[in-house]
Amino acid sequence: VMSLFTRFVEIGRVVLVNYGPYEGKIAVIIDVIDQNTALVSGPQKITGVPRHAISFKRMSLTDITIKIERSVRQKALVKAFTEGQVLEKWEKTSWAKKRAARVKRANMNDFDRFKAMLAKKRKSHIVQDAQRKLIKASRTK
Amino acid sequence: MPYHEYQVIGRRKPTETDKNPKIFRMRIFATNEVVAKSRFWYFINKTQKIKKTAGEILSVNEIYDKKPQNIKNFGISLRYHSRSNQVNIYKEYRDLTRTGAVTKLLTDMGGRHRTTYRRMQIMEVKAVTPKETRRASTRQFHDSKIKFPLPHRVLRAPRKRYDSLFQAKRPITHFR
Repeated sequence: VMSLFTRFVEIGRVVLVNYGPYEGKIAVIIDVIDQNTALVSGPQKITGVPRHAISFKRMSLTDITIKIERSVRQKALVKAFTEGQVLEKWEKTSWAKKRAARVKRANMNDFDRFKAMLAKKRKSHIVQDAQRKLIKASRTK
Repeated sequence: MPYHEYQVIGRRKPTETDKNPKIFRMRIFATNEVVAKSRFWYFINKTQKIKKTAGEILSVNEIYDKKPQNIKNFGISLRYHSRSNQVNIYKEYRDLTRTGAVTKLLTDMGGRHRTTYRRMQIMEVKAVTPKETRRASTRQFHDSKIKFPLPHRVLRAPRKRYDSLFQAKRPITHFR
């Protein structure tokens, strides 16, 4: 049954904080306190999440893990975090990209929306051109 | 409710015959200083022949954990009044701070035994080494390679305004 699960709570698991003052930031599970709580740290220098206790209900597990000791201190954590290229891996995931796109869309001004409209028009133009060509090709067959 | 740990120091009021009465110090878990002082007199009354009117409090200080970023296993001995008699028990909690463990204890005792703060006397809160822990529920976390999934995940809206009573799609409760 464990094979059905891919994301585990474990030391070194990178999580996305869902709720609270550090919402939207990623952090690493350094240790497990009890059934509901983990000790988590950004590291603070990189992601802004300090070392503190956080409930599992307030986080989402990601696919990324790094190799660290239990209850590791900031210096070693920063080293493992940068060597594991966690931020880069995270930014590449479609999860992070969707979040970033949502933020971008929410912060669009009128000029951005105008540019988006033009881009959509261009895109549909290209798609329709290709579609017309395919229909023509199927008709001449 | 966040509990604080206070150090309350008091003594009997000095008199002509007794210029330097014995000083007593207690570590009390309470929500505020007023309650801490009140509990101090409660305990002093029980153990010494000093009443609040005959005594004085010399100082009330809040005590903090030396290392609030380290996980500790707290073994708590307490005495509580159940509906029929008094019971001594020992409970264990894993937490970062003493006050965190005591907060857990109080909510746990309220849930399991229906006792409240005033019906309990916390005798000792001690950070024990993993070897000295007595409960399997605490010991199961003493694993440097601890690993478990979160089977049934109910995600919470990050802010109250995003919370909705109705949803378009059924939630996914796994792999998150």
